[in-house]
Formats: sequence, C-alpha cells, structure tokens
Amino acid sequence: MARGIKDKVAILGMGCAKFGEHWDKDADALMVEAFDEAIVDSGVDVSEIDAAWLGVGFDGQNIGPSGIPASMALRLPNIGVTKVENYCASGTESFRGAVYAVASGAADIALAMGVEKLKDTGYGGLPVRSRGTRWDMVGVTGSAPGNFAQLASAYRTKHGVAPDDLKRAMAHVSVKSHANGAKNPKAHLRKIIDIDAVINAPMIAEPLGLFDCCGVSDGAACAIVTTPEIARSLGKTDVVTVKALQLAASNGWEMQGAGWDGSYVHTTRIAAKKAYQEAGVNDPGSQISLTEVHDCFSITELVTMEDLFISKEGEAWKDILNGDFDADGSTPCQIDGGLKCFGHPIGASGLRMIYENYLQLLGRAGDRQRQDPPSLCLSHNLGGMPFQNVSAVAIVGLSDA
Amino acid sequence: MARDVGILAIGAYIPRRRLQRSVVYEANKWFAPGLRGLSKGQKSIANWDEDAITMAVEAVRDCLGDMSRDGVEALSLASTTLPFADRLNAGIAKEALNLGDRVSATDAGGSLRAATSDLMQALATRQTRLCMAADARKARPASEGEMMQGDAGAAVLVGEGDIIAKYLGGHAITQDFVDHYRESGEEFDYSWESRWIRDEGQVPIIADAINGAMADLSLSASDLGHVLIAAPMKVLPKPLLKATGLSADLIAPMLFEETGYVGAAHPLLMLARTLEIAKPGEKIMLATFGQGADVLVFEVTEANAAKKTKIGFSGWLENGEPDENYHRYLFHRGLLGLDKGMRAEHDEKQPGTTLARDRKTVLGLVGGKCSQTGVVQFPKTDISVAQNKRSVGPQEDYPFADRSAKIVTYTADRLTFSLDPPLYYGMLDFEGGGRMIAEFTDIDPSDVEVGRDMRMAFRIKSKDDKRKFTKYFWKAVPDRSPSATGAN
Repeated sequence: MARGIKDKVAILGMGCAKFGEHWDKDADALMVEAFDEAIVDSGVDVSEIDAAWLGVGFDGQNIGPSGIPASMALRLPNIGVTKVENYCASGTESFRGAVYAVASGAADIALAMGVEKLKDTGYGGLPVRSRGTRWDMVGVTGSAPGNFAQLASAYRTKHGVAPDDLKRAMAHVSVKSHANGAKNPKAHLRKIIDIDAVINAPMIAEPLGLFDCCGVSDGAACAIVTTPEIARSLGKTDVVTVKALQLAASNGWEMQGAGWDGSYVHTTRIAAKKAYQEAGVNDPGSQISLTEVHDCFSITELVTMEDLFISKEGEAWKDILNGDFDADGSTPCQIDGGLKCFGHPIGASGLRMIYENYLQLLGRAGDRQRQDPPSLCLSHNLGGMPFQNVSAVAIVGLSDA
Repeated sequence: MARDVGILAIGAYIPRRRLQRSVVYEANKWFAPGLRGLSKGQKSIANWDEDAITMAVEAVRDCLGDMSRDGVEALSLASTTLPFADRLNAGIAKEALNLGDRVSATDAGGSLRAATSDLMQALATRQTRLCMAADARKARPASEGEMMQGDAGAAVLVGEGDIIAKYLGGHAITQDFVDHYRESGEEFDYSWESRWIRDEGQVPIIADAINGAMADLSLSASDLGHVLIAAPMKVLPKPLLKATGLSADLIAPMLFEETGYVGAAHPLLMLARTLEIAKPGEKIMLATFGQGADVLVFEVTEANAAKKTKIGFSGWLENGEPDENYHRYLFHRGLLGLDKGMRAEHDEKQPGTTLARDRKTVLGLVGGKCSQTGVVQFPKTDISVAQNKRSVGPQEDYPFADRSAKIVTYTADRLTFSLDPPLYYGMLDFEGGGRMIAEFTDIDPSDVEVGRDMRMAFRIKSKDDKRKFTKYFWKAVPDRSPSATGAN
C-alpha cells in the first residue's frame, strides 16, 4: 500500500457559486463567482497559482474541450490547466489533480475548478451522449435514473425488502435532504417537502419518482490547495487538510463477470476501504462526523451508506427511517441539501461536497452548522452506472484531528 | 436414384401484439363506414423494433430448434418489405443466425408469391436451403389493406435427408394481373376493386394453376388432404371450389381473423400451421396468388409425426396480447407524427468500420470463452474478465443468442427516449455464465421481476433517420414457454 497523502495537503480557500437554473449566466460567470470567493478566502493572488485542474462532465455540450475555458475565464497566468472528465466524479477528479500536484511538490499552490452548465440543453435530466462506438452498438441508451433505479430492484430482492418499505426509506432520504437544503442559501431547491409528496410524485424510472431524483442545475465550485506549512505561513490557524483521496474505476467485472448482484456499488466499497486506511479510520460509523454522498438518486444514497460501511449491509433502509442520517442524527448525510437540492452540475458536485465539509470543519456553515463539532468529513462522488462506474472518496479534517 | 427432396423443418413467428380490428373500425368509421365488413378479429402487428429481417430470424430459430446449422448451404429471404434495397437482407439474417461465411444468400421480392416462387427454386436445386419469408407492410389508415394485412414470418428448411414432407412437384403461372401494386420506394399499395380482383384474377388464375398441378402430378381432388390457398381474401370464394373440384372441407383456414394476410410470408405460415396437424401420407397442396400463381404439392412423411415440439405456429399464435392501442400502431408505422422530444435527436450514426469489426458481436450476439479459464463473457475483450487469472489472447467464439437468461436488475425508464415507452432494460445472467445489460421488449408490465426467465431476440436497436440506416442488436423478451420461470 502506498504511503498516502494524509495531512500533506491543506485547503487554503474554497468557493461555490449559487447553484440553480441560471438562464442569464454562462459557465464563465459561474467559474468567476466560485473563484472570486475562493481567492479571497485563500488570501493569495492569482499570480501565485502554479497549476490548475478543470473538471467538466459534458464539455461538448457547454464549454468545449481542453483546459483553456478555465484559463480564459479566470485569466490564469499561462499555467498548466488540465481538463479532466471522469463521469459524475469529475469534480473530485479535478481536486485529486490539484492535491496530487501539491503533494508531489510540483506545485506550491494549485487550483481545482469544477463547472457545468447543463441548462443550455433544452430539456430536463442529463444530456444524451455516446458512450463509445462499441457501446453504441451493444449497450443500452438508458437515462441516469434508469441506470440507478436498477439498484432498487436488486436490493429489494437480495434483502427481502417489501417494495413499499424501500420506497418509504428512499422517500425519507429526499425529505431529509430538502429539509437541509431549505437552510442553504446556495442550494437550488429550497422547499421543504413531505413524504407523501415524494411517494405520490410521477414515476421517472421505476421505482424512482420525481423526488427520488436530484435536480438539474448550473453551478461551479473550486478549491485552492497548498501545503499545511504554506497555509500556516499565510496566517491560517485552523487548517483543513486532506486525510484521504481515493478513486476506484470499474474494470468490467460487474458488467461482464460473475458475482455482482446489482444491489450495491462495488467500486465505492473499494474506494472507501482504501480511504479509511489512508486516513487511519477503523470505525467509520463513529469516526466520520459528516458525510456528503453522491445522492444522484435516493436509492444511490441508500446503498452508499452501506458501501461506506456506515450502515450494515441490508440495514441502511432501516437506519434511514430511524433518522440516523438526518441533520440531528448520528452521522448526518447531505447536511447542505446534497445533490438533491443543489442539483448536479457534473463537474462542480464533487467540489461542492468538499466545500460544505470545509465550511462545517471551520464552523462557517451558518444556520446548518453541526453543533457537535465535526472532525473528519467524508465526501463521495460517483460517476457512471451501478454496473460500470468511477467512485471517489475524499476525507478532509482539521490538521490536528 | 436421387434421394427424395422436401421439407426438413418448418417454423413460424407471429409478433405478440394483436391489433383488434374493431378498434381500427371505431376510429375510422366516420370516414370509412364501409370497412365494417372487415372489422372482425385481429391482426398480428410487428413491434416498432421488428421488420422482415427480425421476424425471419425468429422464424428460422423456430424452424431449426436445436438442429445443427452446419449443413445449411444457402438461405433466402422473401418479402415485399425488405428493409434494405441494396444491402443483402438475407445476409443480415445470416449474421444473426451465426451461420458460417461459406453460404450463399439471396433476397427474393417483388410479389406476394415471392416465398413460394423461391421455395420452388430451392426445391429444384436440391440444396439444403433456408427459405425465409416475412413481411411488415404499411397500409394507409382507413384502407381495406389496413384491415386485411398483418405481420409475421415463417421459414422452411428444404433439402434431402430426413424430410417431414416430400416435394411432389409444382406448377407456376405468371400473368401481369395488376390487382394492386407499389412502385419501388413507395410506402403504400394502390389497389383496384376487390370484386374484379376476385372474379377476374384470384378465382381463374388460382384455379388454372391448381388444375395444372393436378394434371402434372396426375392427382385428383380426392387425393389431397389439405389445400392451402394463400391470397388476400377474408373467405374463399365458392366459384374457386367449383372451378377446381375441391371440396370445402379440404380448405385450410385463411387466418384472416387470427393474423390477417401476412404478405409474402402467408403461404409459409399456412404451411407451418398445416404441418402441425397433417398426418403421414397426407398430401398438401399450397397455392399462392400474385401476378399469377404458384402451386406446390407435398406428401407428409412419418418423420413429421416424430419431430420435436417447439413453439411453432400454434405456440406463437397463442403467445399473443390483444392490442387496442391504434394510436401506437399508427405511430410505430410513421403514420402519426407524435412529438418525440429532444432526446430522440441523439445521433445514431453507425460507423461502417466498427460494425465490420464487431459483426459477430453485434449481429450474432457472439461473446468469448477464455481458452485457459473457460470463463465466458459478452462482448469479447483482449483481456479476459476472469478474476483469478489474467489471460491475454484470443477467446473462442461463444454464442449467447440461444441461451436462456434471468433478470438480475431492471427498470422501466420513462425519461430515456423510446418509441414504446417506458423502456425496460436491465442486467441479465445467462445460463452457463456470462451476463449483459440489455433492452427488454414485448414486456408485460405485470410480469417483470428479478429472476424472471428471458430469451434473446434479434431486433432493431435504433434507426438513423438522417442517413437512413437501421441498426440491429439483440434484446431480451420474456420467455413465455410453459417451463420458464415468470415473475409471479
């Protein structure tokens, strides 16, 4: 096992644009909004940034290829800017690039930017796109809810959960996130909803109804990272460091091999195990203070709580109904409202999650601040489909935690 | 002395949906009240993802069952609705059937009797040949054709060997009698008055051919056990009996109320039905009308009684679902321009290179078997998916098309674009190993669940409307055979 990067990289500043249907803003404006907040927070000048990573999921539908769109929008000083795309984990992927640059010593200060302008496509949901020439011939052009809904069919069967019970647990996930999102001025959806509204909503992909699906919005978020030493030299007293950063990509076993039963996400379990090892976490249920997980759909959040080893396998639906992951529960999940209320501008989401964990660790989360001071916060960013995906787990915490 | 030539096997395919004619009549009676006389019964209709090729492939699978396909020397596809004017349609079926490349293939068309003309030629060559026929014709809404016509496929394997029906001989007449026509590239038939067609066309021409065949083969009406008259008619005109001396009890049902007239496939579909019930020694006369007439005469052998049970004509006929959604029927035929939405704009361009490279994978559903570990997978990859041994190298061909599968995960997706929403799809595990993500089709919403048995079917995957290209692939259909495990 590699030595890992625990406490080698500190977050100097972060920014997050208000997410939403920004009919009057393009991707440049969203990047500028997030960057302005981060650069002020960091206390450094743009000229001091050594390298940048840009995460975007659907570059063809908005900003176009390469790292140039970020370099131009932010007028970066002709540094290396790398565009990354790793399905819906693109935001955490851009963070990984910047963090690794600092950890390696190649850069003193690096920028991770994630942006997505989805509301120029003309329809709800994510854009339809090719997944490669072979997939176009032998794959299924399903929607994101259709791909993730299948977790529910397999989970029900494996754990013998009645469809109505599972639907109710899934509904609780969304009700909880809406209650949290209502308190967050940067969230897109800020309305409190009740369980009946979720259960009676129109069906999108069985058994996922409208409120089981996250919103679709435009947004940007970014992080400026450096070493803990530089952070302290710049006057930072409470330093948030990266404790673990792990990515796992499917190699085709789930889709082509034998043994995966469709009820969980294989790569999340792998990324989580590695992240806990890197961060020195033995009992995630008690050691992780807060979680921001990839709740693209309610069922995804439900199985993720098991895949992160916070719930026991087959038990997450009960833990959810028990309120364990509510804002006042034992391990809050999506205390900022999650993808559910922020929507999912692909490239931005992973960084938006880290932004919330960063604010919570520094006690800067306003009305939604967790009273019990958090020490280790986990974010989980998942791209692709349950049978073929990229999972990213990031753990951040106070440097002395 | 030459060995007897005849039918080695026969199979049928009837699409699942059965449009109720009463619904069509109710919708159109304000405009065409005269259709009332044709408003009884049902017609079998192809799903949006079926065409002459896919239905022919299903019919061949029914025809061959688990027989070896190695001996097939040639195949032909007869249809008046061949999807491609210049791309060998029988060649697409050949790939779907995973036949070897050293086989000859031809398309036959141009007439509703294309299948029997093709069959006569096949029997004359003594080759082992798969004669396929299928049609999915379009008719203008509120036309007689819309009421009369259905969609189906049938296939006959002919040659020497263990024949179930011996070919005694045939008689053909060709006459440019234009009862209806359709110019190349046109969508719809233009038809003349049905009374004239019957009295001046069907009755005299068919009678002439039947009488010619009986004279050629020195047969009289009393020698025949079954007479099959394939012509687009609701009932057989009595003058035809008079002109041929045939008695009414010999005449096989016209299938008007069950399937409608299924175009070029109709004579073979009737033959498939009759061979299910015909007894050894009985003679079957098959007559087909279309710019003349073909007559073929067969004698049923003992082998017909011994043949294995399969789905067959009666099984497929029973495997139907009454359909009262006339709007959907029109939409699927491009006769009702529903707003498909922006998601339908997704580009379905098919590169020629990738299809050529993955021809067996895509059209034949052929996966790979690792020669070292025996692990099977779809599709083939350079490095095997086997977890315990990372082996690089060519995998043996491993066909999945005829393997049964079970649902592992599924959904009914109302967001993604489908011509038949919601789109059902999910993961399947194949019996004997291997899995894939597949679209489901011909689903009954109350009969889909994890663990349900499915069978694979060759279907249209999508259509590239910009470049006019049909993409084919395999989908999963609920296995509705009695031995299969359903959802409930």
